Amino acid sequence: MNGMNRIPVREQDPKVRASNFEEVCLGYNAEEAMEEAARCLNCKNPRCVAGCPVSIDIPRFIQHVKAGEFKEAYDVITESSALPAVCGRVCPQESQCEGKCVRGIKGDPVAIGKLERFVADWAAENGVVPEVKNPKNGHKIAVVGSGPAGLTCAGDLAKLGYDVTIFEALHEPGGVLVYGIPEFRLPKQKVVAHEVENVKRLGVKIETNVVIGKGTTIDELLDEEGFEAAFIGSGAGLPRFMGIPGETANGVMSANEYLTRSNLMKAFRDDYDTPINPGKKVIVVGGGNVAMDAARTALRLGAEVHIVYRRSEEELPARAEEVHHAKEEGVIFDLLQNPTEILVDENGWTKGCKIIRMELGEPDESGRRRPQEIPGSEYVMEADTIIMSLGTSPNPLIASTTEGLETNKRGCIIAQEDNGKSTKDGVYAGGDAVTGAATVILAMQAGKAGARGIDEYIKSLEK
Amino acid sequence: MYKILKAELIADKIYLMDVEAPRIAKYCEPGQFIIAKIDEVGERIPLTICDFDREKGIVTIVFQTVGASTERMAELKEGDFFRDFTGPLGQASEFVKDDLEEVKKRKYLFVAGGVGTAPVYPQVKWMHEHGIDVDVIVGAKTKDLIILEKEMEAVAGNLYVTTDDGSYGRSGMVTAVIEDLVQNQSKKYDVCVAIGPVIMMKFVCLLTKKLELPTIVSMNPIMVDGTGMCGACRITVGDEVKFACVDGPEFDGHLVHFDEAMKRQQMYKTQEGQALLRLREGDTHKGNCK
Ligand SMILES: Cc1cc2nc3c(=O)[nH]c(=O)nc-3n(C[C@H](O)[C@H](O)[C@H](O)COP(=O)(O)OP(=O)(O)OC[C@H]3O[C@@H](n4cnc5c(N)ncnc54)[C@H](O)[C@@H]3O)c2cc1C
Ligand code: FES
Repeated sequence: MNGMNRIPVREQDPKVRASNFEEVCLGYNAEEAMEEAARCLNCKNPRCVAGCPVSIDIPRFIQHVKAGEFKEAYDVITESSALPAVCGRVCPQESQCEGKCVRGIKGDPVAIGKLERFVADWAAENGVVPEVKNPKNGHKIAVVGSGPAGLTCAGDLAKLGYDVTIFEALHEPGGVLVYGIPEFRLPKQKVVAHEVENVKRLGVKIETNVVIGKGTTIDELLDEEGFEAAFIGSGAGLPRFMGIPGETANGVMSANEYLTRSNLMKAFRDDYDTPINPGKKVIVVGGGNVAMDAARTALRLGAEVHIVYRRSEEELPARAEEVHHAKEEGVIFDLLQNPTEILVDENGWTKGCKIIRMELGEPDESGRRRPQEIPGSEYVMEADTIIMSLGTSPNPLIASTTEGLETNKRGCIIAQEDNGKSTKDGVYAGGDAVTGAATVILAMQAGKAGARGIDEYIKSLEK
Repeated sequence: MYKILKAELIADKIYLMDVEAPRIAKYCEPGQFIIAKIDEVGERIPLTICDFDREKGIVTIVFQTVGASTERMAELKEGDFFRDFTGPLGQASEFVKDDLEEVKKRKYLFVAGGVGTAPVYPQVKWMHEHGIDVDVIVGAKTKDLIILEKEMEAVAGNLYVTTDDGSYGRSGMVTAVIEDLVQNQSKKYDVCVAIGPVIMMKFVCLLTKKLELPTIVSMNPIMVDGTGMCGACRITVGDEVKFACVDGPEFDGHLVHFDEAMKRQQMYKTQEGQALLRLREGDTHKGNCK
């Protein structure tokens, strides 16, 4: 072994997995993990750590893996991260820790994500859980939303001794981890529920089915229910539509609806009541991670699936790995194309989509070349289901019902990056609710910052 | 877990339940709804609130069995639990938020059809509690399907009951009663609130448009989350697309695109049917008859 190449990770065969909801990536076993860990050069100035938004001490945990000390490795990771089994699966490591790895200059970077996943899975299988040390300090903190931002903030505060309650609008905690990201990338029971359980083990209470802003408001939590500070991690769940003719036809839906039916409501399982219209021929509009997830879900439910995206392959915002997996499984990519109208039959059902071809012009503000229509290139693609995956924005509910909480013109809550402080005293915010749709790890980073900010705030009150 | 304190069959296929849900009872207002989930495998079922008791922390719901999920819900008894019960969701009726003095000046007509009588009841009750007498029309297909008549009588100014088949009260559709009140009895109304099957609301609106009577309807489209996250509940109102769960459920009836709403309601009918078959016949009918 020359150390240039990483130990390959086992995956389900694309043909087999295209029709099941089992996890695609099977992960390392102990030998593979130790062998891969041995590739780490244990740099003095580890650039990977700087690339990690929550600053996990990566070389230290990897040295433990190399030595077969998996429990110790887990302890190192959980000093910084409450959701290692999740992050090991869904983080964009290629542009973070692994993107910075010195090994990557001449060969493959160390498979940090896969090692993190191995350690977290090993801990779960062996009943190893994070340790609780701090005594309770008696201060009550409310957290709104149980996505990665809320869970991380709650976990960190609990570790500092705070009495934390999370309020979650849906019936299951986890945010996008339970309703958005599909089972085949992130198993709900084995991984998400387990990590939520670990956060509860730190003493965090979770009250589901409470929509803050409808009924109970932030102000009431602070003024009447005895909470001294609040963290808002309510995400960016509001779906966008295109505004083209025919969009309210049956069979047209947001990726959020399609994924929620399948993931949160488990429509893919026969023993659940949820209906889902699997579609025979499905068009997914958009090119992000969410579009890939919707496409690969539709494929597994038995449809022929086309991704229609208005720019070219290079501009696809989804992670390279997701695009690669989607292609392997048989999703068809129709790039440089854009829907202009949805065709509807006499019963109100989608029967197809008018699509126009695009070309790339001059770069726009984002630096990406602006797609423009090619006149006269319209054609019709038949389809019975069209899934709109055009991005999401924050729900205005909380901001509009909380006195003094300001948002920017995109509807995002205004909060300081380093401590989550909002424009309202005692209220902190972070994650997609502040940044707009981003990533799990950035939401976790914001959750940590919010926990720091709240801790400083409470201490300043005590003085 | 949310305890069922009372479960009653109040008419053919129509059930009433009192549910212990203090957080909801504390805040809910007429016009709003809740989402109930029976158990782990159940759907999220949106239901308008029929009544509430803030002190006792109780919310009353009324539902008709229309598919597999509501059929399963009907089997729940006093002492059983809902796994999940969320709310209040949606906007309160406009008059709750309006200046009370303004509301008092208006003459209201409430029109309830079938199980739609349940969401009309708390609105009429609110009016009564604020010293406002309103006219109420309650319609149903036949005598056995009239619900909450006594309760309604206690809070309504004038109550007009009608059945399509003439088996009870007046004979004919609710629209015939509206015409009679306005045209023959020269009653003047400023606002009509009509809640019932979409087809009824459509015909009421066609009539009130002619009568130039502003009309509010309550829509019950397919929903998933009920918090604005999915867009399943899209409804076209005028030339705008609204999410019924957060912008509604009540809208200006003269602007609602009813035909589209009816088509959208049918969306999962075939699958609902399959789920129902599965429920009745066990595992013989799987998904798409795979
Ligand atoms: C399909 C999909 C795939 C994705 N894939 C990836 C990926 O591979 N890698 C990656 O890093 N990121 C991915 N993302 C993005 C990532 O999931 C999000 O950036 C992250 O979850 C944001 O975390 P959050 O805690 O800010 O919000 P969320 O996860 O959105 O959680 C917010 C929670 O708050 C609750 N809430 C909202 N309003 C209220 C209220 N008023 N009262 C109470 N509770 C409320 C919501 O119900 C929700 O549970 C994906 C997103 C989607 C949709
Ligand atoms: S039910 Fe999902 S947005 Fe209204």
